[in-house]
Amino acid sequence: MKKIIKLEGLCCANCAAKIEEEVKKLAGVESAALSFMTQRMTMEIEESKSDEIIEAARKISNKIEPEAEFKVIR
Amino acid sequence: MTKKQKRMTIRLAASALFFAAGMIVEGKAAWYWIFFLISYLAAGYDIPLRAVRNIINGQFFDENFLMTVATFGAIGIGALEEAVGVMLFYQVGELFNDYAVDKSRKSITDLMDINPEYANLIKDGKEEKVDPYEVSIGDRIVIKPGEKVPLDGIVVKGTGGLDTKALTGESMPVEVKENDTILSGSINLNGVLEVEVTKLFDDSTVAKIMELVENASFRKAKAENFITRFAKIYTPVVVSLALILAVIPPLLFGGEWGTWIYRACSFLVVSCPCALVISVPLSFFGGLGAASRHGILMKGSNYLEAMASLDTVVFDKTGTLTTGKFQVTDVDPVEGSKEELLRLAAYGEFHSNHPIALSVKEAYGKSVDETLIGCVEEIAGYGIKAEIKDGERQQELYIGNARLMKQKGIEITDQGSVTGTSLYVADGSRYLGSITISDTIREDVPMALKGLKAAGVRKLVMLTGDKPEVGQAVGEKLGLDEVHGGLLPGDKVGKVEELLSRKQEGHNLAFVGDGINDAPVLARADVGIAMGGIGSDAAVEAADVVIMTDEPSKLIDAIAISRKTARIVKQNIIFAIGVKVLILILSAAGIATMWAAVFGDVGVSVLAILNAIRALAYQSNE
Repeated sequence: MKKIIKLEGLCCANCAAKIEEEVKKLAGVESAALSFMTQRMTMEIEESKSDEIIEAARKISNKIEPEAEFKVIR
Repeated sequence: MTKKQKRMTIRLAASALFFAAGMIVEGKAAWYWIFFLISYLAAGYDIPLRAVRNIINGQFFDENFLMTVATFGAIGIGALEEAVGVMLFYQVGELFNDYAVDKSRKSITDLMDINPEYANLIKDGKEEKVDPYEVSIGDRIVIKPGEKVPLDGIVVKGTGGLDTKALTGESMPVEVKENDTILSGSINLNGVLEVEVTKLFDDSTVAKIMELVENASFRKAKAENFITRFAKIYTPVVVSLALILAVIPPLLFGGEWGTWIYRACSFLVVSCPCALVISVPLSFFGGLGAASRHGILMKGSNYLEAMASLDTVVFDKTGTLTTGKFQVTDVDPVEGSKEELLRLAAYGEFHSNHPIALSVKEAYGKSVDETLIGCVEEIAGYGIKAEIKDGERQQELYIGNARLMKQKGIEITDQGSVTGTSLYVADGSRYLGSITISDTIREDVPMALKGLKAAGVRKLVMLTGDKPEVGQAVGEKLGLDEVHGGLLPGDKVGKVEELLSRKQEGHNLAFVGDGINDAPVLARADVGIAMGGIGSDAAVEAADVVIMTDEPSKLIDAIAISRKTARIVKQNIIFAIGVKVLILILSAAGIATMWAAVFGDVGVSVLAILNAIRALAYQSNE
């Protein structure tokens, strides 16, 4: 399933790259792309694990870029 | 400016004031350092705090940490003034970057802001504002002047002008009246429209486009991936070099500790890759924005990159190079006027709904006096026989193909057309003449093809399912390099594969179609381009690039935008890396001061970002 997350206030392009890389490594994430410009992360994930994956992604985002607000769009 | 940016501006202004005060007092009073301290804290008190917090989170080597070490190091060796200056300028640069990125983000998202917030649903005779998601097919909605069209539908009441700029890039308003189709995402300029909804929101044009734009970030250009990978190794390498620079010369070669630590601090100042990392996606983002403003939607920056080096462009014929609509292109009477021949054909074909009959009637364009039409007999596969009153006389007309004429023993005295379908008309056994109906070439095609050649496309190819001789004739007329006719949809994939194997190394092949029946070919090409995307789901789904209008000439804009973007990206990468390396060399040699390092670093990011913003400002030279 596809999940779109907005990282509002994401202001460091290098951090965006780091977040993307770590999220890609999560189990159950088939693909992930974070666009610094649109502040959106699009993930293709396993449906059964979606809650855990989103929680894990939230943690990664808070760790690398605490200033950005993590919002699940859909 | 955001609140955060305003606060930062005030902080930096205060910092600059104290910095100036410190410079004045320095050397005159022993307590001058208080001014510098205040200046430092005002500009960057949060930087060391963030560095500590990030280290606790396991994030080393981020820009906060690097700036903290660089400035503390400078303070440690007594270069107080420089430490404060570096922090101040670093923050000024950051503020500028932040502002510039925000600004271009906003200008692009505004551009793509076509999402309607509500629909005025008519329920029991009353209007009600509802979420477009809640509207069903067959419901009626009202669109008032200035409102966005929330769902696709058909106008049932009212007339008005529509601004479809967000969809097609076309600035001329489109007039709509009753029974016209109306697409979501356009804006009603004047007049109140009542519309019957024909598609659910999820299937509507606006939802399709939004999905496309949202996913555009999914596929990144090679240059984007390169710069992220580069950033990943750049910082650790520079930091390691700084460490070596600070320790080795004093330990092994008896260098002065202060001198070498100072040089190492300069290294740290330029070790942050952020400007580079921002400027590349910013350029692509601007390029995608510029393209969509011209009615060209791209599904990722990788396609924007690929469009910059097209070697072969393959076109589908019908519906792409041609309009796909049949029109009377030639009327050739044996004697008498063209008008009269057309009139007879229109009368004869009056009751027929065959596409050819429709185009004949359209070309005639006048009303038909039905009372003059007598018995009409359709001869399947041949044509028709119709009795038409001509004054007192009853004409017995035969209208149809060459076989019909042959069957009736009528001699055709003129040459039929190669490219189109000929319709022959006879009155009894007397041959009257022929009418040619053919698919017409789109108006801007010759201009588009010329532009593509001028842009350095080596080969222009046309594939068609139509008869080979029709293909040849069209190809010759347009001056195409290669034409392959009589192809089934499956054959087209094979042909494209063959062309792919023959293209130049490192260059790309684009296939341009109308999205109907050519999904496999669109997928096989390096860049699949669908035309007339507006309102066609198939095209939007199958293609990598969607041209919203029916203009092949938009390809020229697409190439120009992608080349401009590619140039900007290249400039930024070379310029930013070049300046950073130069600063590193000069700092190591002791030629550049920390001042030079911070000016160089902030300067290069500002310039790279300003350069990146240029990508958005593409004007087509129509």
